[in-house]
Amino acid sequence: MTEWIISILLLIGGTFVLVGSIGLVKMPDFFMRLHGPTKATTLGMASLLTAAMVFFSTTQAGLSVKEILISLFLLLTAPISAYMMIKSAIHHKLDSIERTQGKDNIEDDC
Amino acid sequence: MMRLEAKFKWLPTPLRSLLLFMVWLLLNNSVSAGHIVLATILAIVIPWMTSPFRTKQPLLIKPGLAFRHLMLVLYDIITANVQVAILILGPNKKLTPGFVKVPLDLTHSMPITILASTVSLTPGTVSAEVYPWQESLMEGEEPEQRFLLIHVLNLTDEEALIKTIKQRYEAPLKEIFQC
Repeated sequence: MTEWIISILLLIGGTFVLVGSIGLVKMPDFFMRLHGPTKATTLGMASLLTAAMVFFSTTQAGLSVKEILISLFLLLTAPISAYMMIKSAIHHKLDSIERTQGKDNIEDDC
Repeated sequence: MMRLEAKFKWLPTPLRSLLLFMVWLLLNNSVSAGHIVLATILAIVIPWMTSPFRTKQPLLIKPGLAFRHLMLVLYDIITANVQVAILILGPNKKLTPGFVKVPLDLTHSMPITILASTVSLTPGTVSAEVYPWQESLMEGEEPEQRFLLIHVLNLTDEEALIKTIKQRYEAPLKEIFQC
């Protein structure tokens, strides 16, 4: 039974991480590319870590809770790193694709 | 009313102390007496020593509401993941990306940081910038109105998006910090 739970969690996690990576390759410009890794990967990692937690809690003596900490740190760092990257992208005036709306909402910074 | 100072001088940030306590126990993966004592000492000494270096931020006033908001955000993260996965796997031509400026009612940097992070983790949006630029302001000057610039993966209705962000994520934060 636990084996089933672990396998399903691993599959879900792997799928989401894969989708995030596909987004990274497939999207046409930097700003859109950023969406995949910030979101899809967070849930994917959470599933993988839950699987690890179930596995180590059932096969070894005692509960394993370190994975909660890893998820917590991931949740904290993912938006911050995304913010730093998009901030520098705007600063360097990277091109976004033609049909991007509201480009005039970006203010100049010099 | 918004509170900047904690009740007790020796415990400047109660929640951060609690977090440190929990993180220490989780890192050691044990709840033995020795680790609890050490965690308590660390949880009191570290915030006490570092509090002079920090700028004052509003304190969390309604923990119950904060917990409910956290649950809502976690739920939204899961739905956001599924939505973004569908958008990513769909054809690129259908996507209409865009930049949107959301006017903010929040004034302090910590609530704004929390809002920006939740926006980044929830459906189809990544927060990009807070306007006006901190560098363009004079020392100690407070801007009249702050804006959060966000990048949207698939922009369909700008008004509705701004309204959702303001009602779903900003209003609870305003109430939690009472500012």
